[in-house]
Amino acid sequence: MSIAVELRHIAKRFPGVVANKDVSLIVETGTVHALVGENGAGKSTVMKILYGMQRPDSGEILVNGQQVHFKTPNDAIDAGIGMVHQHFMLADNFTVLENIILGSEPHHGATIDFAGARKKVVDMAQQYGLDIDPDVLVEELGVGQRQRVEILKVLFRGANILIFDEPTAVLVPQEVDDLFQALEGLRAQGMALIFISHKLDEVLRVADEVTVVRQGSTVAQVKSKGVTARQLAELMVGSELPKPSTLGHTRREEITLSLKDVTIPTKTGSRDLLSEITFQLHAGEVIGIAGVEGNGQAELVDAIMGLRDYTGSIQFNGSSIDELSVADRHDLGIGLIPEDRQRQALMMTSPLWENRILGHQRSKPVMRGFVIDKKATIESTRTIMQEFDVRAPGPDTLAAALSGGNQQKFIVGREMSKAPALLVASHPTRGVDVGAQGAIWDVLRSAREKGMAILLISADLEELIGMSDRLLVMLRGRLTAELDPADTTPEQLGSAMTGAV
Amino acid sequence: MSKLVSKKFSLTNVALAIAAPLAAAIFSILISSLAVLASHKSPLLAYKTMWEFGTQAGSLMEAVNSATPYYIAAIAIAVTFRAGLFNIGVEGQLRLGALFSCYIGAMFVLPPVLHVLVIFLLAMTVGGLWAAIAAYLKVKRGVNEVISTIMLNSLAGGLSAYLLSKHFAVIEEGSNNLQTKQLPASAQFPDLMPLLRRIGIGDQPGGGVYGMFFVAVALGILFWFVVNRTRFGFELRASGQNPIAARFSGVNSKKMTFIALVISGAIAGLSGLPTVLGETHSYNLGFRAGIGFSAIAVALLGRNSAGGMAFSALLFGFLEVSSRSLELIDIAPETYVIMQGSILLSSVIAYEVVRRFKLTLQSKELAKVELA
Amino acid sequence: MKNKTTRLLLNATYLLLLISIIRLVTGATDLTSVGTASAALLLSIPIILAGLGGLFSERAGVVNIGLEGMMILGAWAGGFIGSKHGPWLGLVAAIIFGAVGALLHAIATISFGVDHVVSGVAINIIAAGLVRYLSTILYQGGSWPGPSQSPDVKGISLNGLPVLSGGHFFGWQSPDILTPIAEKHWFLISDLIGIIRGITGDLSYVTLIAFLFIPMSFFVLWKTAFGLRLRSAGEAPVAAESLGVNVYAMKYAGVLISGGLAGLGGGFLAIVAANHYQENQVAGRGYIGLAALLFGNYRPGGILAGAALFGFADALQLRDSASIHALILLIAAILAYLVYRDMKRGKMLSASISAVMAAGSVWFYFAVKELPGQLVTMTPYIATLLVMSLASQRLRMPAADGMPYRRGGLR
Repeated sequence: MSIAVELRHIAKRFPGVVANKDVSLIVETGTVHALVGENGAGKSTVMKILYGMQRPDSGEILVNGQQVHFKTPNDAIDAGIGMVHQHFMLADNFTVLENIILGSEPHHGATIDFAGARKKVVDMAQQYGLDIDPDVLVEELGVGQRQRVEILKVLFRGANILIFDEPTAVLVPQEVDDLFQALEGLRAQGMALIFISHKLDEVLRVADEVTVVRQGSTVAQVKSKGVTARQLAELMVGSELPKPSTLGHTRREEITLSLKDVTIPTKTGSRDLLSEITFQLHAGEVIGIAGVEGNGQAELVDAIMGLRDYTGSIQFNGSSIDELSVADRHDLGIGLIPEDRQRQALMMTSPLWENRILGHQRSKPVMRGFVIDKKATIESTRTIMQEFDVRAPGPDTLAAALSGGNQQKFIVGREMSKAPALLVASHPTRGVDVGAQGAIWDVLRSAREKGMAILLISADLEELIGMSDRLLVMLRGRLTAELDPADTTPEQLGSAMTGAV
Repeated sequence: MSKLVSKKFSLTNVALAIAAPLAAAIFSILISSLAVLASHKSPLLAYKTMWEFGTQAGSLMEAVNSATPYYIAAIAIAVTFRAGLFNIGVEGQLRLGALFSCYIGAMFVLPPVLHVLVIFLLAMTVGGLWAAIAAYLKVKRGVNEVISTIMLNSLAGGLSAYLLSKHFAVIEEGSNNLQTKQLPASAQFPDLMPLLRRIGIGDQPGGGVYGMFFVAVALGILFWFVVNRTRFGFELRASGQNPIAARFSGVNSKKMTFIALVISGAIAGLSGLPTVLGETHSYNLGFRAGIGFSAIAVALLGRNSAGGMAFSALLFGFLEVSSRSLELIDIAPETYVIMQGSILLSSVIAYEVVRRFKLTLQSKELAKVELA
Repeated sequence: MKNKTTRLLLNATYLLLLISIIRLVTGATDLTSVGTASAALLLSIPIILAGLGGLFSERAGVVNIGLEGMMILGAWAGGFIGSKHGPWLGLVAAIIFGAVGALLHAIATISFGVDHVVSGVAINIIAAGLVRYLSTILYQGGSWPGPSQSPDVKGISLNGLPVLSGGHFFGWQSPDILTPIAEKHWFLISDLIGIIRGITGDLSYVTLIAFLFIPMSFFVLWKTAFGLRLRSAGEAPVAAESLGVNVYAMKYAGVLISGGLAGLGGGFLAIVAANHYQENQVAGRGYIGLAALLFGNYRPGGILAGAALFGFADALQLRDSASIHALILLIAAILAYLVYRDMKRGKMLSASISAVMAAGSVWFYFAVKELPGQLVTMTPYIATLLVMSLASQRLRMPAADGMPYRRGGLR
């Protein structure tokens, strides 16, 4: 066993952010080496440096004992390094084959040798057990399949050092098992595998060694055998991790939200996006919607908020809202924390106080008639920033300048400010640092106690189990199971989500 | 308290605000000088001539007159730009607005102020309707409004030529010019000379300042207020900045698109009127072409803000009038279009560069705050 | 694939049938005459070139509204430089001038991140002003008619298919079999032959070359590595960058190629379609080319179909107003089909609007016996609007088209 990759004292700053202060790492061939740390600790940046997408400000990189200076990803690829990205880097409108060969196209004179490439890909896929159809458009593939394409991309270029960036973030437990099996196969072939994650149970399952990064610096390098998840967590954060949980029963009699046979058909006439969704949500209750992404959760949110047409009926506090517009539903008392804060909830180039108005531009305190009440708006913004610990210099700060966690806290605060009777929270702690995550859970917890009805959609199984009073599983647009979170483990939930039960 | 992360007034912010226009000005002076050199003349002489001619009282008044329709049309365009749309059809909308309002407005006589208001209304209605075609196509059939409004421009040109020559014109003895019936005195917008005389500015050859200057100013103030201080303006800007977030917040994007384009067309209809009401009192073949396109430049240069566009409109007006003097020293007055073009291009690039630079600076500032 | 081609052929046949019927009914023989078909081909070339230009640019992810300005630059260069140095050099100059305009657009949008539409509109304004200025400087009086027009350019020789269409090769003048058949005015057969003879005879070599750009574009974009990488810049630039593709270079390439093609289109207008540069010669064809691109759903074959339609409308407008008159009936027929289709889908509002427009067209046909000149020249623009209204719904834009891109995926 030799050292495949060594990073020595890597440092990297971006305008305004110190991403890496002092990161060191040693990875041996034929091992799985995990790199752990919380969101924003600098793991992605150091891997981008190793992959040639960024250049370090200082420090050295050694590959197979030789010092290297990567100027572009091409240099890293030539050195045998391949990156399987967390956010898949695939062109939806291209086929699997086109995605794999892009940038390393085999020639046949002036044209691309599609036939030769196809054969190579199919052979490789069989060799590593990564079945895929090379002529299918990527946009038709599911998440697990897309990841396979990403892996094939790097193998096609002859990588023997593979970096996996949060590969299980979007997978259910069964798909995680498939992935780990593939990792075993790759490791047996002598490859060096670097595995970035913050899911410590999985890390301990599959990794041989673990490097912990905190606030831009390496704080520990240990063998996975001799350490527990709890210890790793504390190394990551420097203190105890918050846990999502709710105490007691706060569910009330009144039914805040009621859905009956809500259906959204697809244009092409194949399976419905949403199919006969029926459930009732009481005040003071949290219902968690679990499901693999793309099974109708986004459409459910759209239906409730009025962003999409649907058949069936939705009632809010006893009266039908089917004919009401998006604006009316907001004004009635339905709050929304959307899935993608930058795209769906913020005007990035505007100051916070203008963002305060967004979603609330029809009522007080921001409005006086049809005119904006700037003074009241700024006051309200200041209050939100204080109550919800939004770290920014003031209400004039541009939204783009805030970190993800602070942006999310602001959005939560904004929705809470009108004391909605119903809160639809879609992935409320996604991509948010641990501190903000805990803060948001606290807010949700206390709102629930005060009688707010909360619909929680999430891919974080721990969050779902910890925060919900009831769990509903969505699969292919239908509600397929109801579970009691007190009796459900993440594995059971995962099975229900993939329909394996 | 960090200075850059906020939008408040501060030295650095002011410096950044000036940086882009300054860089653009320098660059365009360079290009224009090169153009003058290309015709073997001295740039310094050219600028001197332009300045001397342009700062005479008569020229200044003409510059303001030139700027007035630019400003109104630029406001029309800015309304759509702010909403993330592009109404390039202002040229056609204003032409038809002027044509119809002159033709119909000459058919009757009303008390003076009322008559003018009716003409305004006619022009706005026609302009708005013409824009509504593009709006409908965009909202109902997803047709890109850039292409549809440009096509409508060409259609408006042909339609107005046809209507004028075949139906609307009144044949004048001994004149080659086709024009609509003269508007009666009650429909003429008096110029501002009475006011100016009172502050000591005498009459000049070439006429006075159009009365519609005040209308333009009022429109500018109204524009600023509505866009920045009302709910409609907020939703307009939100649709332009982040249409998805706007939808999520309850804005009906199709309604917004339609309304923005129609309002834009209505305001555009007004912009054909200053010359018509203040000078020619009819629509004729010599109707000034190209206002719509210059107005796009004015809107871009003025960053779609009431004050910026006012400055840009006046600048273009000044350049246009003063560049006529270049003929006297044997330089092509078309040098003006080079100036206009280079200002446009350089300002558009300069704004973007400064914006990125500002964002970089802000992130650095914020990091200092976070680490503190 | 097979049923797509069959459906296409079927639709084309239906269209030909419809046009033949209208030709018979209205007696507007010019609808399908050789002269019209020939003119249609000639006038569709600038639109094809502009459309292909748009294709390369947008496939690389850069919206190019500035095609009009680049065509203007090309037309100007073709006229002025062609008049001094001959038509072929004029065409080369046209390509270069168009590419220079594109370079400005590329620098503004790719390197500086200016909004694509804003930059394109700016380029159009600048180009129009620039050529006017240049013309004024170069105008020397004398034999020139004026600064808004260039001196004449010597023409490029024409040729045609042997045997069928009267071509001449190496001094031999072949017979022209198709023309007499076309002039017999037999239903459907003469129409078809007329169209074929029109597009195969009296062709300029440049027309042929320009036409070949269509299959060439398909080949380059879908069969070569360069094409794959260029398309990836427009579909998923960050993914492409992570695989070592130089996205900036691909975008620049796309935009420069688009400028060259547009410039060539403008030069074609000045040198082949006319024989000098005239101010306002381009007359919106850059935008019509964009419309053809959208109509063709960003594929070369579709661009050809769109350009053929517009070329046809353009040709009719130039030749015989009786044909335009007959065209109104054709529009009414198409609208009637729309009514039928919308009613089948239950879209009553759209159906009733289309029905009103169809009825209006028929009334217009009978009420107005002869169309005034000014309105006839509007045909291509109305055609563009109509076509865009029908076709815009099912567009498949490149996924990252129009979005600013920075290395490293930063903002």
